[in-house]
Parts: sequence; C-alpha cells; structure tokens
Amino acid sequence: MTDPVPPVQPPGAHLPDHPDFLWDDLGPRAFYDVVIVGGGGHGLATAYYLAKVHGITNVAVLEKGWLAGGNMARNTTIIRSNYLWDESSGIYEHSLKLWEGLEEDLGYPILFDQRGVLNLAHSLQDVRDSVRRVNANRLNGIDAEWLDPRGVKEVCPIVNISEDVRYPVLGATYQPRAGIAKHDYVAWGYARAAHEMGVDLIQNCEVTGIETVGGRVTAVETTRGRIAAGRVGLCAAGHSSILAAMAGIRLPLASHPLQALVSELLEPVHPTVVMSNAVHVYVSQAHKGELVMGAGIDSYNGYGQRGSFHIIERQMSAALELFPIFARAHLLRTWAGIVDVSPDASPIVGLTPVEGLYLNCGWGTGGFKATPGVGDCFAFTIAHDKPHALNEPFTLERFTTGALVDEHGAAAVAH
Amino acid sequence: MSATFRLPTGGLIDRDTALRFTFNGRSMTGHPGDTLASALLANGVHAIGTSVRYGRPRGIVAAGSEDPTSLVQIERPFPEPMLTATTVELHDGLVAYGLPGQGRLADEPDPARYDAKHVHCDVLVVGAGPAGLVAALTAARGGGRVVVVDEQDRAGGALLGTREYLGERLSQEWVADIVAELRGTPGVLVLDRTTAFGVYQDGFVLALQRRTDHLGFDAPADAARQRVWRIRARQTVLATGAHERPVVFADNDRPGIMLAGSARTFLHRYGVLPGTRAVVFTTNDSAYRAAIDLARAGLDVATVVDARPAAPSVLAARCSARGIEVRAGHVVTGTEGDARVTGVRIAPLPGADGTPETVDCDTLLVSGGWNPVVHLFSQARGMLRYDSGLGAFVPGEELPTVRVAGSATGALDLTSCLRQGRAAGLAAALAAGFAPVDEDELPVSGERTDEQPGTVMWRVPGEPRKGAPDTRFVDFQRDATVSDVLRATDAGLRSLEHVKRYTTIGTAHDQGKTSGMITAGLVAEELGVELSEQRPTTFRPPYTPVSFAALAGRDRGELHDPVRVTAQHPWHVARGALFEDVGQWKRPWYFPLPGEDMDTAVLRECRAAREGVALMDASTLGKIDLQGRDVGSFLDMLYTNKMSSLKVGRIRYGVMCGVDGMVIDDGTVIRLAEDRFLVTTTTGNAATVLDWMEEWLQTEWPHLDVYATSVTEHWATFPLVGPRARDVLAGIAPDLDVSNGAFGFMEWRDTVLDVGAGVPARVCRISFSGELAYEINVTAWHGLAVWEALMAAGERYGITPYGTETMHVLRAEKGYPIVGQETDATVTPQDLGMSWAVSKKKADFIGKRSFARAENTRPDRKQLVGLLPVDPQVRLPEGAQVVGTDRLPDPPVPMLGHVTSSYRSAALERTFALAVVRSGRERLGETLYVPVGDDLVPVTVTESVLYDKEGARRDG
Amino acid sequence: MQLIPCPWCGPREETEFHYGGQAHVAYPEDPAALTDEEWARYVFFRDNPSGPFAERWSHSAGCRRWFNAVRDTRTYDLLAVYRIGEPMPDLSERDEVVS
Repeated sequence: MTDPVPPVQPPGAHLPDHPDFLWDDLGPRAFYDVVIVGGGGHGLATAYYLAKVHGITNVAVLEKGWLAGGNMARNTTIIRSNYLWDESSGIYEHSLKLWEGLEEDLGYPILFDQRGVLNLAHSLQDVRDSVRRVNANRLNGIDAEWLDPRGVKEVCPIVNISEDVRYPVLGATYQPRAGIAKHDYVAWGYARAAHEMGVDLIQNCEVTGIETVGGRVTAVETTRGRIAAGRVGLCAAGHSSILAAMAGIRLPLASHPLQALVSELLEPVHPTVVMSNAVHVYVSQAHKGELVMGAGIDSYNGYGQRGSFHIIERQMSAALELFPIFARAHLLRTWAGIVDVSPDASPIVGLTPVEGLYLNCGWGTGGFKATPGVGDCFAFTIAHDKPHALNEPFTLERFTTGALVDEHGAAAVAH
Repeated sequence: MSATFRLPTGGLIDRDTALRFTFNGRSMTGHPGDTLASALLANGVHAIGTSVRYGRPRGIVAAGSEDPTSLVQIERPFPEPMLTATTVELHDGLVAYGLPGQGRLADEPDPARYDAKHVHCDVLVVGAGPAGLVAALTAARGGGRVVVVDEQDRAGGALLGTREYLGERLSQEWVADIVAELRGTPGVLVLDRTTAFGVYQDGFVLALQRRTDHLGFDAPADAARQRVWRIRARQTVLATGAHERPVVFADNDRPGIMLAGSARTFLHRYGVLPGTRAVVFTTNDSAYRAAIDLARAGLDVATVVDARPAAPSVLAARCSARGIEVRAGHVVTGTEGDARVTGVRIAPLPGADGTPETVDCDTLLVSGGWNPVVHLFSQARGMLRYDSGLGAFVPGEELPTVRVAGSATGALDLTSCLRQGRAAGLAAALAAGFAPVDEDELPVSGERTDEQPGTVMWRVPGEPRKGAPDTRFVDFQRDATVSDVLRATDAGLRSLEHVKRYTTIGTAHDQGKTSGMITAGLVAEELGVELSEQRPTTFRPPYTPVSFAALAGRDRGELHDPVRVTAQHPWHVARGALFEDVGQWKRPWYFPLPGEDMDTAVLRECRAAREGVALMDASTLGKIDLQGRDVGSFLDMLYTNKMSSLKVGRIRYGVMCGVDGMVIDDGTVIRLAEDRFLVTTTTGNAATVLDWMEEWLQTEWPHLDVYATSVTEHWATFPLVGPRARDVLAGIAPDLDVSNGAFGFMEWRDTVLDVGAGVPARVCRISFSGELAYEINVTAWHGLAVWEALMAAGERYGITPYGTETMHVLRAEKGYPIVGQETDATVTPQDLGMSWAVSKKKADFIGKRSFARAENTRPDRKQLVGLLPVDPQVRLPEGAQVVGTDRLPDPPVPMLGHVTSSYRSAALERTFALAVVRSGRERLGETLYVPVGDDLVPVTVTESVLYDKEGARRDG
Repeated sequence: MQLIPCPWCGPREETEFHYGGQAHVAYPEDPAALTDEEWARYVFFRDNPSGPFAERWSHSAGCRRWFNAVRDTRTYDLLAVYRIGEPMPDLSERDEVVS
C-alpha cells in the first residue's frame, strides 16, 4: 500500500488557456497600405493600433521567423515607468496606463500583475540617484517611493538587507504599479486582435530589400516576393541596423546579446520584482512559480542569440548575494535575445529621411514594457506621417544636436 | 512493509547495509547504490506525487535524469526543490516527498560550499557508456590528456541496465577493466557523478560534479558539495546515449506505467522488479529483451503488445518459451486504475486480427523507440537531421572538434556503439595531435542486433470519448495532452515553437526530454508536413538542472568582488570609523566619537578642518604615473585645459571629457620632470581613466612617446587641512621650508619626514576645502607610520581625522563639484562653471568639438548653482527636484533641475545645497522651490561658492 | 567562454578581454572643420553588421594591449586578429566559408 498523496494544486501553476483560434497563417498579398517589418511585440501592437485607432486595416506584419519569436519570446517581462527623464517617463507611463487596460482591450488574459518593482541602491551615490528619480517620477505623476532597507524588507521579505554582504542594500525605489505580464499572451493578444480587424500576419517572410522611388518607399523585397507598400514601419529590434541599411540609413545602434534564465517552479517566495544595477541582476517570480532572471548585456556585438556563460555565473553570484534563499533553486534553461542598444539608452522612434519609412528601434533591454505605448505612438506616427508628441524627443537627429535622453548616466537603470 | 519487490540477488547495490529514509511521511529502507526511485520501487511505491494541473497521481517513468514524472522535494539533510527521484542517490536519513508541481526553497541559508575547477585536455569524452569508454581508452592509449565525465555514480552507461555479454565476459567486468586502465593512466581524469550540461565555443564544456550529496549527513562540511568543472578540450566526443521514447495513449500517466528499458535498468542495476504482473507495449525490438529479462527474474509478463504488423520471430519465440503471449498489430488503447495501473486495454490495429481486451496487471512497460541524446551536439551548433526510421533527430553533420559516438548517433546495437567509440576516439586523438597505438580487437556483443526495424508511432490512434477529458498525456509535468497539441494547430499555429508555448510542452523540469520529439511528430502529422522540414526546437543549456549556488561558486560575500582597503585601514577601524563603498574601496565615511550621530560627527570634523587641523586618508585616489617625451601634448588632448605648459614643480587641476563633451573625470596633474607627470583621478574612475589613456595611446596616437602606469596603491595620500596644517607639517618635515613664500599654492616639494629613520615624502600644496592644506604622499609601506606620526604631531592642535562626508561638505562650501555626484554624463565643464578650466587656445582636445553642438550652446542648459533654503535649518534631501512655482500644477510638473549635494554647514552656520538648475547662473537671487514630501521649500539661488569667496584662507 | 587569440599572448579566455567596438574609426584630423552631422557620425555611429566585423579588443587582464580582430557576429568565430597599425587581413575567401 502506498500513502495517498494529497492532490494539492499549486496556485498559478497552470496558466489560463489560450483561445481556440489565434490567426490564419497567410501568404502576402501584392500591396498593403502599411507594411510593418518585424512581427514582435512592437510590430504587432503597431498593427493593432493602426487598425483600431486609425482605421488602417490594409496592413501586413512581416516576420522572418515565427510570430513574436525574437525578443518578445525571450524577455523577462518587467513593466515599469519609473524612468528619470521627462521624455522617457512620458512614453513609458503612457505605456503603463495602456497596460492597465490592455487585458480588457485585447480580450486576452495577458496576466498583467502589478506586483511592484524595487530598484535597489547599494552605494551613497546610488541612493542620491534613486531619490532623484523618485522625486522626478512623482512630479511626473508616476507612483514612486523611496524605501529604506526595512521598507525593502517589508515589500520583499527575502531580500538580504544585512550589513555583512559585499554591497549592502541601502534602500530602493519602489513603483507599486509596476509589474510583469506573460509575454506570449501579450503578443498573441495583439496578433489575434489585429488579425480580427483585417491585418495579415505573414510568417517566414524575411525582408531582403527596401525599394524606394524618388526618396519615397514603394515596396519591400522579401523571401516571399515583392510586397508593395504605401508606408513601411520598421520594428525589428536587434536587426534594425541591417534593415535600415537597405534604405541607406545608418543607425547609431549596436546589437548585443542579452541573456536570461529561468528556474524550476517554486512555491511563492518573491512577491515583487527586484532589480539591482550595481550588482547586475534582476529577478521576479513568474506566474507559474519559476524565477526569471536577467543580467547585463554581453559586451560585444552579436547576432547569435547566444551569450557567454560567465555572465550567467556572475549573475548567479549577484543573485545569491541579494537572495541567499535561492541557493538551491535550479537553473533550468538559459537563452539570449539580441538587443539594439543606442548611445543614450533611449529609443529612436520617428520619421526617417526616406518618405513613408518609419523607424522604431534602439529600445535596448527595455522594449517589452514599452509595447503598448510605442505601438500606439508609432501607429500615430505612421498614420499621420508625423511623430506623436510622446516620441517626438526620440528622433535620430538628437545624436547630431546633442539633445540626448541619457538614461544610463543618471539612474543607471537601463532595463 | 518489507521490500517486497527487491530480488534476493542481483543489482549493483550493497545489500549488507540498510539505509533508512522517509518518503511522503513513510519510513522505508534501501541500500547503498540505490536511487530514491529504485528504493521506492523496491518498497512497492510507484505513486510519487500529483500532477500540476489535474492533480493526477504520477509515478516513475524512466530510470535516469530524463524521467518526466518523479519530482520530489528533499527536506533533509537540507531542503532542495524539485529533483527527480531517479537522480537522488539514497543515503541514510534522507527525507523527501513527492511534489505537486512546485518545489520549496529553504528558509534558512545553505551551509554548503560550492566551487569551480578548470581543466584542460586533449580529448573530453562525455558519457562513460560503452562508446564513451572505448573512445576514452583509445585516446588515452595514444598519450593524450583525457577527461571522461559521466552523470552516473559509476561508469557503464546503458550497460548498467542490461546483462549483456561482450565476447565471453559480462559487460560490467569489461567496464571495470577499462575504468581501471583509464584511472591508472597518467593524464586521464575520470569524473563520475558529473554531468556535462553545456557546450560552448572553442571546446569549452561545463560539467557539474555532485561531490557529497550521496553522503547525506556524513558529507564533510569543508568539502565543496558541488563543483562546476570548466573544461577546455581540443576535441570532444559526445557519447551521451539515447532516451527511450514513450507512446501516447489514453491514461498513459498512471503510476506503474514505465519505459521498458528503464524497468530493465531497475532490474539489473538495483535488483528491483517494477511490479508483479506486466503488459509490455512496444514499437520495436528492444522491449522484448526487457520483457524476457524481467520475466526471467520473476515478473509475470502477461503479454507483449507490438504495434508492428509482425513480431520479430526469434524474440517472439523466446517470449513464447517463457509463456509470454505476443500480440502483433496491437496497441494499448487505455489503462485502468487509480493510484496504480490495474489493467490495460488492448486492441488490434485496423487490419490486424484480434479483439479488444482488458488485461489485468500492475505494470505497463512501454517503448516507442529511442531518441539519441543530441542536446550537447545541438548546443555545439551541430545541425540535426530527422531520421524517419528512428523517429528522432540525429546529428546531421560532422563538426571539426565535436564527434558523436554510440547510441547518441542513433546506433541501436552494442557492437556498432563500440565501433563508433573506437572511431571517434581515434579521430579525436589524431585531431588533437596524437597517434594512437594499435588497438586490440573490440569485443562483440552477444546481444543480437534488431531483427526487425521499429515502427514510429507518436500516439495510438483513436479519440477520447466525446465530452470526456483527454488523458493522452504528451508532457506529464505540464499535464499537456494530444488535444492540447491539436488545439494549438487548430488555433492556426504552425511553428513548433508556437505549439510549445501554446501548450507549455517542454518547458518543465525535464525540458521535454521525452515529450519534445512526440510533440514534433504530432504537429507534423496533424499539419501533414514532413518532420525533416520541421526545425526542432532549440536545445538550450543546461542539459539537466544546475543549482544556482553551484554556478555562483565561491564568488559570494567577500569574494563577490574584491575589497580594497588602504594601508591605514586598521587604524580607521580601531578609531570607530564608518565606511563608505566607493567602487571596490572601503573609504572612511566619518569618525564618530562615542555617542555622536553622523551630523554631529561631521560638523565636528568640518569645524576642525576650518578652525584647527584635520587629516584625511585619500589614498584611494587614482594615481597614474606618465612618462615619456610626449606626455605634455598627450595630456593636452585628454584634459580640457593645457597641461604641457605646466612647469616642473607645479600642479594644475584638470577636467577630462568624453568625445561627447561630457565631464568624465577630474583631478590634479603634477609635473615631476620635463618628461614625467603624475595625475590623480577620482577613486571610482582610476581604472577607467587608465584604460581611457591606453586606448587613445595605443589605438589612435601610437606615435606618442608616453607610458602610463597605475601607482594608486604605491602611495598613501593624506590631505592635512586647516589653519594649523602648516604647523603640523613643519613639526614632521624639518627640512621643508613650509612658508607661503617658499612653498606656494599648487606647488609640490620632495622632502624627508621625521618619522622613524626618515620617510621620503612628496608634499603637494593643493586644497579641496579652500583651507590651507598639504597633501602628503609617502609610499604605502610607510603609510600607517606616517599617519600615526601626523596624528601625534597634530595632537596639540587637536588634529581630527575626517572621512568622505566631511570632505564632501568642505568642498561643497567652496562650490567644487564631485564627478558622479554633480555630474551624470549630461554635464559639461561649462555647466559646472568651469569655463576657466577649458582652454580657448588649444586647437583641439577630446570633447571640444561637441561643445559647439546646438544642444551645448543652448542658453537654458542646467548649470551648477548653490541653493540656500530660506529657512536656514531646513536641509534639502539630495536628489530633490527644483521647480519654479510656489504651487505645484497637476503632473507633469515642469522641473528645473535637482539638488546634487546638501549639507549642514558648520562654517556657514546653516544648511546649504548645490544643484544643477536650468539657466541657473541667470537666476542668482531668485527664489525657487523644492518639493519635499508634501511641502514646497523655498530656496534662494546663489553662486556655487558659498564660503571664502575671495579665497583668503588658502594660504593660511 | 570563447578563446580570443591575443596577437601578443596567444589564445586566452574572453573574460581577460575588453571589447572596444568597431575598428578603423580614426579620430578626425580636424574636428573643428566637421559639420555637426559629420561629428555625430564619428561620436555615435558605428557599423553593426551581421557577419564579419572588424573590431577592437584589449587584452585588459593580460598584456593590456589593444589589437584588432575580425569576428563574425553571427557565429562569434574570430576570423583574424592583427596588431594595431597592421592592415585588415583579406578575408574574402574565408568569408565565403562562414556566410
């Protein structure tokens, strides 16, 4: 006889089912009013808002692989808007507000969970920078608090706030409305909704050329043939430089591998999101119970969707400094995405010298959280052939004028 | 209950020793050599835990790390979440329970140690099964350095689960001989309990060794529990074996349903029978051998159900001889039971004779063929190819440094595996530069190769009853069924990656080792595409789970990042200093007297510096010694001001910008000789600035004759500050004329201090406080003695040690910025009010061109100013924002800048702050507001210099 | 963990190296003569190819020397390393192999 094992079902260990129908796997038509290159989160969201807000439905989203299979499938899903500069907090807060209504908007369980995010400070200058950011956030209407170590412990009891670690926690900024969502659910929610409104989602369709006539974009060449287009929006993250070059545009971007990892499913221990730039780690416990973790980017340019393992090892030692309780958790899977890093750690969104060609890139490690916000603003930019007020500061020209939006200098919180 | 399923003989266990353990609250015994899984089976326990979504009981499916079901939580000796019972070696006192899907982390710190070790070799062999052993032996006999890793506690691989003869000898004896020879060969390292979990570039392989887990409570506390081996191999041979693949049918998840080969392993390796009466369901020959072995050992094998139209005649005859019925053209369509399978429904396939029937049994053994373990090959960027005969992906190309041998290639018989091992070992040795010697004949397996090819069957045909839940499980841990896969394809998904995400198949603890191939097969079948055209989902490291702590290794606590301290550190500690982390350095922050809080201590330290004399340890300042003909012109490019005109014996303050024109560092530059300068950097930027110099020197201006050397740690540096500084210095430097006329501001002198037998010192007259000050530099070796001598010499003047906080206050009173505090990579020297330090004469320097950009010439840039709160007692928080209105509008509120530094000043007898404020220098005298909590604090904008504006105090 | 063949020390683990971005981007002869746009090109714009890329590395935890390398950014394979001042090796044949 065996002892009966009580059939306890762990909370959250099973996610809601996806709907019975998502989208048709279509081939391209000959012409679209708008072609979006890149079927990741940004591309799908842009198509969705083009159709929903601007009534432009003759739209194709071209994806060279499988839909939302790039960074959208690889990110650690942190959503927050507590950026330092007005320009950044403007677009990220717009995004956060859209996140707050997105589940209803898309009719899809995107599992947006506003569990808050802590950005830890480990030095006196970290503290000054953090307080500065909190104050700027509040004046920008963004929820933000400065917590001392005890406050950190109250929000996240498993953070080690003792003095005897190498870089003790001196406090943290806290944004309660921040959180996580489930990336596939978000992407598929956008994809399904866009498709329902008539957007064609075309997979295994790699853009190999951008055709222009008299300074105006006319079509894209793809592995599935030429597709004529009234307007073309680039949403290709790490591959933006290569695409832009097809239209003769040079971008100030470097594509780097960014690695992440996940543990097995664990009983809930980590109620929020914790980020530490000083010791290079960010971690949350996702819906099913797995720890999801990321670190800094690999230093070199790379398109290999692979990084160096010593980055993971370093990240683990940092994680265990902050969370000694994680010692016997297990690494289950590691992976990497390709992030397009701009010189000031801020995106480039807007018009280009080529008429009808629009650019959305340079989001680096922070693109996921911007998905609804930039989707909305980029759709506006394409529909009106002029930048939305919220992406107006993020021009390509700023690198010439010097009007950068430098998000790594001041707060060093690029993720 | 006694161990009723343990056979009286057989197995590689130590029957003389009983190990007590507790599982799901029940005490049982097992033996050394057991895994938790084999000990449970020996005790008749099949039900391990319940499934994550449906709460269905789940048992043990496989015998190794590929097992998808036997998830357990270890509670004692120390809590460890989610291991498979098949990988937990039994030890006395083990306490574990089956998991319903989520593991539990300990709430106390892990006392174990972890480390890492590097090893270099000519040939790495992964897997000590038959192919791996032959490969290793071949390479080792050629004289190469060979490393063999194997995840089991002993070598043998698949042979541990069979009872085969190699020639005349039992395979295990053959294994023992090879291992003995390998272990006896110099330069060969055999690591058991070591799993290669990741293959990276240039022959880099990571392997995890479990060194003490099997010792349980007897594990020595000082030995690393687990070790990550960082192996760099010229050549790698992957002999990673194959995993048996299940077939999917209704209720295929009940405890008692097991892979046939695994049941055979439990028999031969542990002397355990999986039950009393079994049905075998197979698509290939291998399960017959399991059936025959188990029947011989006493298992009542009721029937072998073979999905192929015809059974292999010889094997079938051997079965019949044992009274085992063989039904070809039949399949298992379902099972019965609850916590254990009690019956199996069998039905003929269309076209076959027979009638559906239910056979009572407590065990169902399944084989759907074998999947080569190609994970590591795939990680090595090897292309995979679909083998339609096997129904599996196999290595599809040859790689220059990674070879595959044995069943990892898809080979199904031992003789081929041995031959492949030999060939791979030979090729690897040759490629690594060794010429292996003539080899003995390879033995030949007594076991026949397959008589008849297997058939590929992902799932048994048939649908669940309408309305009934689908129980045809594909991924047991994710409770994902055939219907879930079909729902995914019906939803429009075409990519395997999408199906995986839709169903969550392959994302659990086993990462799809048994479910991945079946899913690919089901999707291809449903979509009517060839599997050879489907891309398999990516195999990502690690091959099996690796604990976080093992990866962190020793790099924790103090070893997480080196701690740097000055030579005077013990003195500071003894004096009760509190420390601030600046980069890797521990710097004294302030020196409180008993009962003092920080404010009181800092006010006292400041007062001492302004009224008497105070001493600081600034040894952490970066120091770079630059020598060569062209140092002057080099520094002219690096700093915004001109350095080549500096005279020997003199000192100049300098600012450094990036090419974007933003301030990156500052410090003093002293000219020691025509061709020699010493520059200081901020503490945190010392390495960065040296790298910066080297980068320009080596990549841009290699023609310049300049050599840069870090001398940060060579020198102890002590600012001696205050009106009595001259007196103190005079007392300790008898040879030095300290008068203002003889030793002026921004000059340096070498002298010998009256300390011990005389300590050579370089004294610089610089001041970061506005007071009369001398920076005394001696070699670090003499640092503590000189520090103590200065303290003694200054005692009569009340000399006071001070830390970084007081230094910050003193410099802020003078409006001196700190790079990194007043600057944030968006601030130019002009913004800091330092146009005086930006040369107008130099044709160029780094950053100069950026000053002319549109954004740099805007009149409303943020500029450094002072802020005086209207209420002199109010101290603004650093990081507070500055606004222009006395009432806050609705957000977003326009912000003018922020407070960079804020202090209580003893000298000013009030609080004050520095801030960067939009058009700040045009706002002098204006009232601005600083939101603090719910209040708006009015402040007056002033110039940044607040104390001794005329500079009268600098000469004492 | 890659091996990077330092042209002075031989192959060493990548953790010993510091990445320096695109190679052969010379500091302008006369920055003052450049337009803002030309200057911005120098300061911020670098090639970002998928494929062979000539870039700078420094053996920062070894000989501390800078050198140039051609690395394939898809595979991370180092196709060539060469010392500062030496011309970029002709990799036209090699390139075919990797692309």
